[in-house]
Amino acid sequence: MKKAYLGIDIGSISTKGVIIDENNKILASEYLWTEGNPIDAVKRLLKALETQFKKKTYQIVSVGTTGSARKLIGAMVGASVVKNEITAHAIGTTSLYPDVRTILEIGGQDSKIILIEDGIVVDYAMNTLCAAGTGSFLSSQAKRLGVEVEEFGKIALTSKNPTNIAARCTVFAESDLVHKAQIGHKKEDIIAGLCKAVVTNYLNNVGKGKKILPPIVFQGGVSKNIGVTKAFEEATGHDVIVDPNSHLMGALGVAILAKKSKVENEFSFDITDMEFSTIGIECQKCANHCEIICVYRDKKMIDSWGNRCENGAIPIKK
Amino acid sequence: MGMDKCKVAFPRFGNYHIPLEFLFTKGLGVEYITPPPSTRRTLELGAKYSPDYVCSPFKFNLGNYIEAIEAGANTLVQTGGTCRLGYYGELQEQILKDLGYNVHFINMSRANYNNPLTFYDEFKKINPNLSLKKVTSSLITMLKMVECIDEIDDFVRQNVGFEVHEGEIEKLHEEYLNSLRTVETKKDVEKITKNYKKKLKDVKVKKPKNLMKVGIVGEYYTIMEPFSNHFIEKELAKKGIVIYRWMNVTNSILHNNGKEQKKTIKPYVKYYMGATSMATIYKTLEWAKEGFDGIVHVKSFGCTPEIDAMPVLQRISNDYKIPILYFSFDSQTSETGIQTRLEAFYDMIMMRKEKR
Repeated sequence: MKKAYLGIDIGSISTKGVIIDENNKILASEYLWTEGNPIDAVKRLLKALETQFKKKTYQIVSVGTTGSARKLIGAMVGASVVKNEITAHAIGTTSLYPDVRTILEIGGQDSKIILIEDGIVVDYAMNTLCAAGTGSFLSSQAKRLGVEVEEFGKIALTSKNPTNIAARCTVFAESDLVHKAQIGHKKEDIIAGLCKAVVTNYLNNVGKGKKILPPIVFQGGVSKNIGVTKAFEEATGHDVIVDPNSHLMGALGVAILAKKSKVENEFSFDITDMEFSTIGIECQKCANHCEIICVYRDKKMIDSWGNRCENGAIPIKK
Repeated sequence: MGMDKCKVAFPRFGNYHIPLEFLFTKGLGVEYITPPPSTRRTLELGAKYSPDYVCSPFKFNLGNYIEAIEAGANTLVQTGGTCRLGYYGELQEQILKDLGYNVHFINMSRANYNNPLTFYDEFKKINPNLSLKKVTSSLITMLKMVECIDEIDDFVRQNVGFEVHEGEIEKLHEEYLNSLRTVETKKDVEKITKNYKKKLKDVKVKKPKNLMKVGIVGEYYTIMEPFSNHFIEKELAKKGIVIYRWMNVTNSILHNNGKEQKKTIKPYVKYYMGATSMATIYKTLEWAKEGFDGIVHVKSFGCTPEIDAMPVLQRISNDYKIPILYFSFDSQTSETGIQTRLEAFYDMIMMRKEKR
């Protein structure tokens, strides 16, 4: 049996998974919508991954989770590594592009910039206040314009005269877009303008004060939008690399971290048949009222968190 | 104040409620009500009755006032300050009045910080039969207490992440603060402090060879009130980092080295920038020169002096290749967002250290 490692990146909008071998080669990968239910999404993800690799040759010996549901899913799958998405993305990308200096990442609901020097992270930032520079903004605008978000990039490239769209804030960008459409701007110009607006917003909010040096790698779901990639190239004056697996970097990174952890527990796909649920309780032991999340597998509690002090700790009955 | 017994309260602020309690009870001869420790309820109460865009220290203070009134306080004290804080007292007084609380409000921003006698005038409003001699001697003891609390605080911060038996340092720290509440004289303060310094030094700690050092800088309230910064010092220390913080009452008020600060940061700052911004830049630069592994900058959302300091910090970060993590807290900060950024910060400085 050869060893394999599973990495799962559970974002707000999409859930990604990869299985790699000892040499970081991707044996299986999947990308699907989280649809507000991370537990169900991971079950679907695992079912899809299970069919893609040779189960007779490989045994998954370690699992890593990242993304905003990393803790919940980490408890569910018995992960040996639960890692924040900044580190996971940096590890994934530098494994493929050791010389990278700047990682631009735009996901469904957050965006970040990671600066790398000699293969290690030296600085990073994450959006804190506004969603204008993210994927969910683009998909809601696509809906408004009656266009599939997957088509956005190609349509943007046909524009010769991108419309200027106020990009400071999602709500203003949206009303500006409506205004520009109503006064007769062409759809492709508006779409190209939106791609530019996302880049402007990103550079002003997330990239502010940071030196963007080449080589630049652009990743996350929005990197699939060639219109945004082109806008980044124009704004930075450098080539922007988009890997074919640019949406999987977080999952790849955390799979590599699981491998490096040397913590091994044979992983079984049986968990897709188990029932997982969570219950949130508001702790009444003091005025902090911490929200404690309890995770259950087949009605037995396996983990809990959210308490700020010992008073709120809920013991797990073994 | 009428016939009622005067019961004074001041907003929660680090561990300084202990010296304040001493000053008011021993020096001014009035009862002191320590507001309950800040919790989510404190912030929710404060935020509910505050303008949304005001900084979170205002909201915490207001919440503390309401909880202190619930605990029996009838006289509230607010301080002055070198930013918007200087205007907070009046607004808070008005809000409390509008809410129907019948309390006496002493606003120290009316006193002149360069002339201690003007404080005496304000104090006289609390107790007209005040003895200047008594106030002066308690003030001296109180200031000693502040210095000692700050000194012990520094020790805790730099060692709590390395205990062999978890919880020992925090337990001693709590004991120390409690025993300070029994002191009568400056000598008592010194004796207790000496005793606990020894006890703390005897706690078994195990520090690795390649120590990671992180300095915390930022706005006055947020940096000193742990609940308002989501216990960031403790979170970082528990990861095995030595935490340094210069900003405390001792360094900023009792022994301020403003001239030296100005001289040190001259390559970066020409003019006085207000409130805590000068100290923020000063310590960031000093620690960068000393080769610290990272700096964490904390402020409440919308704090103008600290926003002004940020571009300078970015320059220092570039010049000295030192990573700086920026946090802005308000009443709606997500815990997950803080955790993610702190974890990533820790990973980053650790990987940098390993590489070196």
